[in-house]
Amino acid sequence: MSETLLRVEELALHYRTRQGTVRAVDGISFDIRRNEALVVLGESGCGKSSLAKALMRVLPRNVAHQGGRVRLGEVEVSALPDERFRREVQWSRLALVMQASMNALNPVVRVGEQVAEPLRVLHGWSRKRALDRAVEVLELVGVSTDFLARYPFELSGGMRQRVVLAMALVAEPELVILDEPTSALDVLTQASIMNALKRIKRELDTSFILITHDVATSSELADRVALMYAGQLVEVADAARFFGEPAHPYSQMLMASVPRLRQRTRPEPIPGQPPSLFDPPGGCRFAERCPYRFARCAQDPPAFRLGERHRARCWLHAENEGNPGGGR
Amino acid sequence: MSNREMAETRSAGESPLLAVEGLHTWFELRQWGFLRVGSVRAVDGVDFALERGEAVAFVGESGCGKSSLARTLLGLHRPTRGEVRFGGRSLGALKGRELKAYRAEVGYVQQDPYGALPPFLDVGRILAEPLIIHGVKARAERERRIRAALEEVRLSPAEEYLSKFPHMLSGGQQQRVVIARALILAPSLVIADEPVSMLDASVRVEILELLWRIQQERELTLAFITHDLSTVRHYAERIFVMYAGRVVESASVDDLLDHPQHPYTQALLAALADPDAANATRLREVPAGEPPSLLHPPAACRFHPRCPHFMAGLCDRDDPPDFEPRHGHRSACWLHR
Amino acid sequence: MMGGRWREGLGELRRYPSALVGMAIIAALVGLSLYTVIAIPYSEALAQWRGGEVWQRHPVNAGPVWLDRLTGGEAPRTRTVSSEAAEVESRAFEGGRRLRIPLAFDFDAGGFPSEMNLFLRAEGHDQRPFVRLVWQTPDGREIALGGHRLGERERIALSQDRALERRLGGLVPHIGLLADPRREEEPQVLPGRYTLLLDAVVFDAEASLTADLVLYGQVHGLAGTDHQRRDLSLALMWGTPVALAFGLLAAVGTTITTLVIAAVGVWYRGWVDAAIQRLTEVNMILPMLPILVMVGTLYSTSIWLMLGVVVVLGIFSAGIKMYRAMLLPIREAPYIEAAQAYGAGNGRIVLRYLIPRILPVLIPTFVTLIPTFVFLEASLAVLGLGDPLLPTWGKVLNDAQQQSALYNGYYYWVVSPAVLLMLTGLGFAMLGFALDRVFNPRLRSL
Repeated sequence: MSETLLRVEELALHYRTRQGTVRAVDGISFDIRRNEALVVLGESGCGKSSLAKALMRVLPRNVAHQGGRVRLGEVEVSALPDERFRREVQWSRLALVMQASMNALNPVVRVGEQVAEPLRVLHGWSRKRALDRAVEVLELVGVSTDFLARYPFELSGGMRQRVVLAMALVAEPELVILDEPTSALDVLTQASIMNALKRIKRELDTSFILITHDVATSSELADRVALMYAGQLVEVADAARFFGEPAHPYSQMLMASVPRLRQRTRPEPIPGQPPSLFDPPGGCRFAERCPYRFARCAQDPPAFRLGERHRARCWLHAENEGNPGGGR
Repeated sequence: MSNREMAETRSAGESPLLAVEGLHTWFELRQWGFLRVGSVRAVDGVDFALERGEAVAFVGESGCGKSSLARTLLGLHRPTRGEVRFGGRSLGALKGRELKAYRAEVGYVQQDPYGALPPFLDVGRILAEPLIIHGVKARAERERRIRAALEEVRLSPAEEYLSKFPHMLSGGQQQRVVIARALILAPSLVIADEPVSMLDASVRVEILELLWRIQQERELTLAFITHDLSTVRHYAERIFVMYAGRVVESASVDDLLDHPQHPYTQALLAALADPDAANATRLREVPAGEPPSLLHPPAACRFHPRCPHFMAGLCDRDDPPDFEPRHGHRSACWLHR
Repeated sequence: MMGGRWREGLGELRRYPSALVGMAIIAALVGLSLYTVIAIPYSEALAQWRGGEVWQRHPVNAGPVWLDRLTGGEAPRTRTVSSEAAEVESRAFEGGRRLRIPLAFDFDAGGFPSEMNLFLRAEGHDQRPFVRLVWQTPDGREIALGGHRLGERERIALSQDRALERRLGGLVPHIGLLADPRREEEPQVLPGRYTLLLDAVVFDAEASLTADLVLYGQVHGLAGTDHQRRDLSLALMWGTPVALAFGLLAAVGTTITTLVIAAVGVWYRGWVDAAIQRLTEVNMILPMLPILVMVGTLYSTSIWLMLGVVVVLGIFSAGIKMYRAMLLPIREAPYIEAAQAYGAGNGRIVLRYLIPRILPVLIPTFVTLIPTFVFLEASLAVLGLGDPLLPTWGKVLNDAQQQSALYNGYYYWVVSPAVLLMLTGLGFAMLGFALDRVFNPRLRSL
């Protein structure tokens, strides 16, 4: 199997607010291999966007605590000072497509120029050279050369999303983080963007982290799935395992709650609500909604290893393997 | 007996609750406030009838006219042409008191639950507003109905929610308040425009179940508008698929999802996946191009520029009529000719 | 109707020290206003400010007492030596009486009085009495101040006796009479007991004669006096309720009407909105101050008329544009659409759904708007368009300006009203900015 590209250990990001400290990312560990797509799945408010921000170091000013180790290839990027991180990692090795960034394109710069811009800033390429490269990347994401000289407002939502994608890919990063790249788009547009991503993944050596709340979308790209709940990863597994036989009760219930087009089983809602990130309950954070809750759930479960590269943070699996993985 | 069976056994002579005939809702584009430069044909020739106690879904992508249709049915837009008849009376003829009475008959559930609630009013006051407007003067009576509505949408105990402001509630709770408000005037028709698209996966099902249960209990007519076919199966009896201002296909839910007839519906279904690890390795078939501009829609069949079965000289020349390729299953496509 | 939000917001205000200081200043101003209105009724204030007789025992252009305290000086206060306390000698003679009234006092202040007047009341006389005045100094000199035939009420302006001034070696009498004769250069007070002896002849048995010698101080009261001897504290105190009322009424009047009109335009769109916008644009290029000056010059400078004009001109102001911009997105809010769908009428939507949505954002603007109107009123008064009757801060400034107060060194005359104006501005601004942070979450750092 191919080498590990990104290793994240005990990543944490807490915010300071007037109401108290929000533990948006609270000790997250995972790794990604080269040309692998990891989907971070979670409901709104589970901290999945903060995870992206923490990896990319696009942080708001009210960060109360930031911790953990991030290793990209051979480089311990979490140890780099901000300036070096920006120069050596951001865009060139690690790119982020933020949520709704298709609406954040500069309205007065032509599409081609916008895609070429990162190259001119990062590598100091000439306009001509950068534009040539931009054309290549735009074609890769399915934007024809006719659109090069257009302004963002002349493009449909789907086209703008492709442009944003091209901007992220133009400097050939090793890892692209996509935060809800299709959630604002129509069904057919969504499908064709996902098609484009699949094609890119096949053609380039790029790895992806796809952040989404939509289970069906997540299955469109995932080699692996990491399910996030209340600031923690509750299960990390290969896609086949996760969509076939999820281990964590929350994973199982989430899968059962998804309305399906081709099956007649009625979806089952998950009772209750996720806990507040201000003051998450001690012990298992899902315990309150869990039908299998038992005494040990009052303690914080470690991530148990259920197989090679399969972990679940649930006491039900303590006996299965008896081989705690990362722990807390 | 299920609703579906009831609808079938209903006597043929009974008039439908809502009948829509040749409905067009166009928005005129004007320059400098008076110069007409064109019309956006949001709804462009739609016919259907909803029976009492029936739950139907209108499905389509953004810009297909489904929300404009909803607003026309709600009396928020005037039809440009055609007619909406409610209980036998034409909506266009209603004025003043009659229009107000019609508004009590039609409940409205919107997409964005937070935006749908005035942020400066508490839940009790939000629910009191429709009652006050419709002349429920006695405070005790209002309180009784507000409590009943909150209990009905499973926000209990009601006291806990009465004095809360919308921002203190979760998205699902906000949407429950919106539903309670839509129900508080005891309407016979509820129009739900994308009621769950802004909610989380686990909350979506809760809200859909709630709407479904209320529809069953109250024998409401429910028009459920969505872009997501996968949420339709268990929560509607009939589906209308809309494209570029028109209904292209309509059938019972199972028939439509299992045997889609119109090429557009087929494309929509092909683009949608149920969660499955195999999805990641399959490219989906997506028709080329984008939904047409409603300002200058394509001639004849609106889908013909994107259609894999395009027949030159036919699809781009004559509007396809509604064919009935299967029993009770209508599709506006020349393929069925 | 909107309890929670407000209570929350106001609770949060406590976190801002500037808000507390602002509120303290405003509370003090309001307290002063209430006290003033109760202690000095409106009509009385008007009557007093008209000037004249009531003030004749006040010094002209005296500074405030605290100023003297501050500089450690011993400037004399105003004092009155009354005949009621004097031992009057009376000797009858054929057809009349001779009265000797000694008005004795000790004088050892650090400075000379600013003026000296003698007030005489002769009541019940058929024939006017005659009085001769003699000034006796501590060192035994006697200076004759001449004789006067008295009317019923007489004011003998000793300070303005030119002949006496010449006799005193060119020193004005209120200095010369009290100065130490041994010192030639800078006159110095000769401390000791002085007596002004009134030697009067009255021709009626029943008649009475009383006298008050007033030695006007160099400082007076908390605020000093103006050129008309009026106590400035009256104007400064009464200026407070007037300023607050003017500011508040103008702010309320313009904000509410502007808001409602903007909301109506936004809601109805079409020609209603167009008309409101055009009217606003025309009004925005009309200069407010010249119009006020014209109204003041040609019609009346009554403060209430000015208030009316300010409000009327303020309605179709830039505020309409601002509120319109804030209301336009709200018009499209789903909750408005929902309200239409459940049958809310136009009026209800404008008043109950559109306007309340932006009120929290407007409160701070409203609070900071109050002092701008206070300043406007003051500016008008300085331009000579102040209310002709009411004492206001602006009018004090206007008087000061006309009397070249700063040139003449009467700084207090300008400083006290200016400080009050600044305090008002500061108080409302501090509260307003804090409110802005509370109610305008975009400005709030998390």
